[in-house]
Amino acid sequence: MPSQAEYEADFVQALRQPRIPPPAGVRHPGSQPPALRFGVYRNNVHVSLVEAVTRLYPVVQRLVGEAFFQAVARRFVGQVLPDSPVLIDYGETFPDFLDHFEPAARLPYLGDVARIEWAWHRAYHAQDQTPLPPQALARIPPAQVGHLRLGLHPSLQVLDSPWPALSIWHTNRHDAQVRRIDRDSGGEATLVCRPDMEVLVCAVPLGTAALVRTLSTGAKLEQATTQAVEQPGFNLQTSLVALLSSGGITAFRF
Amino acid sequence: MTQKTTPSLSTASVAGAFALAVASAMVAPSAAASSSTMEKCYGVSPAGENDCAAGPGTSCSGTSTQDYQGNAWTLVPAGTCQDIELPGDRQGSLEPLDRDLPRQS
Repeated sequence: MPSQAEYEADFVQALRQPRIPPPAGVRHPGSQPPALRFGVYRNNVHVSLVEAVTRLYPVVQRLVGEAFFQAVARRFVGQVLPDSPVLIDYGETFPDFLDHFEPAARLPYLGDVARIEWAWHRAYHAQDQTPLPPQALARIPPAQVGHLRLGLHPSLQVLDSPWPALSIWHTNRHDAQVRRIDRDSGGEATLVCRPDMEVLVCAVPLGTAALVRTLSTGAKLEQATTQAVEQPGFNLQTSLVALLSSGGITAFRF
Repeated sequence: MTQKTTPSLSTASVAGAFALAVASAMVAPSAAASSSTMEKCYGVSPAGENDCAAGPGTSCSGTSTQDYQGNAWTLVPAGTCQDIELPGDRQGSLEPLDRDLPRQS
């Protein structure tokens, strides 16, 4: 009698590999052999996961076309099974998978575009929290500003990309006729946040991701800024306006 | 060999940028405060297709176990929730409902 863990490992193996027979102990009351019924189950698992990935990444699909997308999604699902019973948690590593998917190597920005789609999805399903109105920060004495520690919205994510990932995402998401984007037009950073009911996606200066990453550790604003200014083109004021007006800041303390 | 210039970053410049940012965020129409075009509608989602926070019997989005579960919500265009008619004389609601709840075991 295999242990529970062994049984589960065999079960997963058989789910991945059509040529592997179902694990010992899988029985079927009727006359069909268990392998046939297990094949139906395996097929259902794969089809539903491919469908989940397809719904998550509509822009990637538009960029590569339906046939290519189905092929890459099938390959992904064959390699990565969910590690959570909640379907909306599935598909996070698809952007990384695209980065290393050889047939898509000519579209090096694909992974970063997919990361924007995943960030949108995470923001949509993130916990609700009330943003801080900018007025709340208006009375802080200038000498104290550097010592501020900012609480960030649970849905807030900022992604730096060496490609114009946001422009590519935006036109493919919103425009019936896709706008031409020069892929060598430089990097872009994208802020995603859902302060209330709708997910906001906007452009921010490169370096904002480092700023937010450092702030999220509880670091002071001055220290986070020091990290961010390493990135050429960073502008603290523009970053902060975007953070405040997208509802990305929910609290402050010293 | 490369000479790295450390960008100058004074306390005053951080404070100045911060003050200007707060001022312009105050006059900009805040996305956070703008009245939304969507509303939470309870009791209309098919099982497993709710949005977040469905309370006892579920943990979060995608976890409702009953069709039209009364404490599970979905975002719908504002003003349309109570017009949603569902099988069995059910209607959408802006408040959680106590119909169609999963049985507590």
